[in-house]
Amino acid sequence: MLKTFSKGGVHPPENKFSADKPIEVLPLPKKVSIPISQHIGAPASIIVAKGDKVKVGQLIAKSSGFVSANIHSSVSGTVESITPVLDSSGYKRPAITIAVEGDEWEPTIDRSPNLKREISIDAQEIVKKIAEAGIVGLGGATFPSHVKLSVPDGKKAEVLIINGVECEPYLTSDHRLMLEKGHELMVGIQILMKALGVTKAMIGIENNKPDAIKYLTDISEEYQGVTVHALKVKYPQGGEKQLIKALINREVPSGALPIEVGAVVHNVGTAFAAYEAVQKNKPLIERVVTVTGKNLPKPSNFLVRIGTPVDELIEAAGGLPEDTAKVVNGGPMMGKAVSDISIPVTKGTSGIIVFPAKESKRKTEGLCIRCAKCVSACPMGLEPYLLIRMSQRMMFEEMEHEHVLDCMECGSCSFECPANLPLLDYIRLGKTEVNKIVRSRKN
Amino acid sequence: MNSIIVTAILVLGILGVVLAIVLYLVAQKFKVVEDPRIDQVEAVLPGANCGGCGYPGCRGFAEAVVKSDDLSALFCPVGGNDTMAKAAEIMGKTAEAKDPMVAVVRCSGSPEHRNRIVEYDGASSCKLATALYSGDTGCQYGCLGLGDCVAVCNFDAIYIDPETLLPVVDEEKCTACGACVKACPKSIIELRKKGPKGKRIYVSCINQDKGGPARKACKVACIGCGKCAKVCPHDAITIENNLAYIDYNKCKLCRKCVAECPTGAILEINFPPRKKKVEGQTENVETK
Ligand code: SF4
Ligand code: SF4
Ligand code: SF4
Ligand code: SF4
Repeated sequence: MLKTFSKGGVHPPENKFSADKPIEVLPLPKKVSIPISQHIGAPASIIVAKGDKVKVGQLIAKSSGFVSANIHSSVSGTVESITPVLDSSGYKRPAITIAVEGDEWEPTIDRSPNLKREISIDAQEIVKKIAEAGIVGLGGATFPSHVKLSVPDGKKAEVLIINGVECEPYLTSDHRLMLEKGHELMVGIQILMKALGVTKAMIGIENNKPDAIKYLTDISEEYQGVTVHALKVKYPQGGEKQLIKALINREVPSGALPIEVGAVVHNVGTAFAAYEAVQKNKPLIERVVTVTGKNLPKPSNFLVRIGTPVDELIEAAGGLPEDTAKVVNGGPMMGKAVSDISIPVTKGTSGIIVFPAKESKRKTEGLCIRCAKCVSACPMGLEPYLLIRMSQRMMFEEMEHEHVLDCMECGSCSFECPANLPLLDYIRLGKTEVNKIVRSRKN
Repeated sequence: MNSIIVTAILVLGILGVVLAIVLYLVAQKFKVVEDPRIDQVEAVLPGANCGGCGYPGCRGFAEAVVKSDDLSALFCPVGGNDTMAKAAEIMGKTAEAKDPMVAVVRCSGSPEHRNRIVEYDGASSCKLATALYSGDTGCQYGCLGLGDCVAVCNFDAIYIDPETLLPVVDEEKCTACGACVKACPKSIIELRKKGPKGKRIYVSCINQDKGGPARKACKVACIGCGKCAKVCPHDAITIENNLAYIDYNKCKLCRKCVAECPTGAILEINFPPRKKKVEGQTENVETK
């Protein structure tokens, strides 16, 4: 039997319309807006001014702390304005808008397609390079990667786990990357292994991508210490804790990080970005984005410059179908509906999904029938039916005791609930409030 | 057989008496003597238990009144000055009279002024909606209209107007307990001085965007142009973050700012209709 994690999990219907669409390079947009806060942690501080000329790959906002990431220009042109623009939350946030002129790259970046296998620098330099390149977790969580590679004192990494699960229905960007950039990915993994000082790396891929499993297994023989593991299809296997449980059968304790059990998890996209940063000197300025939807004329996987307006992606995928009622940024399970499709693609944008009216409406809420389906669906072992009641009654301290902060916002509970209760919405609210309480306690 | 029953009755009976005595002694030993004035003060309070005073319930407030030497920091918004005077009398003090306050909603963005551009179909709670998105119009500051303020009001003093989709405060019923102020996640509601005969003037907008974007989002947004501050003869208006704010302590209700505001973001409440002449002036100002 195939391996998977043990607790909870659901089986949303799969809709990977774009699985066999090779990655296409999206034409340069006329203008990009690059938000300065595209990662978890402190926003970067802007180091360019209006009217400055910038090149592709030039640093335009500098990381402002350990948990923060550099931001580079994804295009060449003139800085048009530094004003807040709408982002995926619907709020305006500071961003640098650049009018595109030509496509002039920083001369230090190696743009040749040659595979470069030899890793010539040591662990410390690798981490530094990855930090300089502004790499963040590309699975959607956008945690600055250099932080994960800096193992805290007293802890030791034993194994590097590479997340090629892609458990969100609809999304195919990681799948395509594994098929098309296999060797680069492998070298990237070797780089991450060297940085962590581990000799073992395991790539976990769900069984619905047999082509990727086969291809990577074949080429993995050329790379020492890397093994590929097929996993049973079950959402949310892409969660760090679930993936660790599935692959090495260790359980990360509540509130602890994977390093506690000797593991470090990186996404395949992140490993590829590490390859480009270390071997090719290329900062994180573009990423693969799945643009899909049932009625979208041409579901696709695009290689997109960061800052490109989302409506251009949708245009390239055939344009918004008439019956569109909702556009979601991210996967259908964890993503969020956007209020405006002029928002820019950021480092965390893994997919854009266009939903027709029929599929987008929420169903009418009923009453909790105590079926406990939410409890068995929760991969973190929480009791969602209880948490929603507490959140509605503003019992945030009690929510903390019920480990609401362990909630990974996977949405399995809401997905399973026969009464259509907006469980996750209220749990999110509770998390925000509990975090406030925790912070005020620290001060 | 009989003797067993008798012994059982005896043993349990004696046990009962002994325990009763013990309990009585313990109760005596730990008896809490409460200041009788707490009851007296509580009796004059409205008994709404709304928490507007900052204490848990009216009894909590009564305890605070009895304990503190200085009453100036204590106020029952529901009972108002009369109640405070009575409470002070029990304590042998006098209470300073405070200006009556009322809740005001600082948003005028009805659908005719700001378009709804997306549709929200999540749970009906402003607090929840703010955690998810910025609102269904182009204005990220404005009222969400899902009525968290309505839900918390103990006095039935606030309701959502079905036409404007905005909350309306019933001045007669509003006690200024401040529950709605705390409940609104967008910080739209504020307590303001009720004013003589209920007359008030305030800026009904909290949009901090610059003029262009603010106006695009809502026709009646404050654009921070500062025209009101310039005309105000009493220095009552400050402009901060592209937003005007009227200090109710300085405002003399002359209404000059209302006529000057190019977007109509300043509201005048409970004034008699303007005379013809004044209206003529208003038009002049607008056509300038
Ligand atoms: S969203 Fe949170 S509570 Fe709900 S199933 Fe996922 S982890 Fe559990
Ligand atoms: S799944 Fe829904 S109905 Fe069932 S116990 Fe949980 S909250 Fe209640
Ligand atoms: S005033 Fe605030 S609490 Fe009341 S409906 Fe508007 S957003 Fe909600
Ligand atoms: S009404 Fe008169 S005094 Fe009051 S703020 Fe406006 S201009 Fe100033």
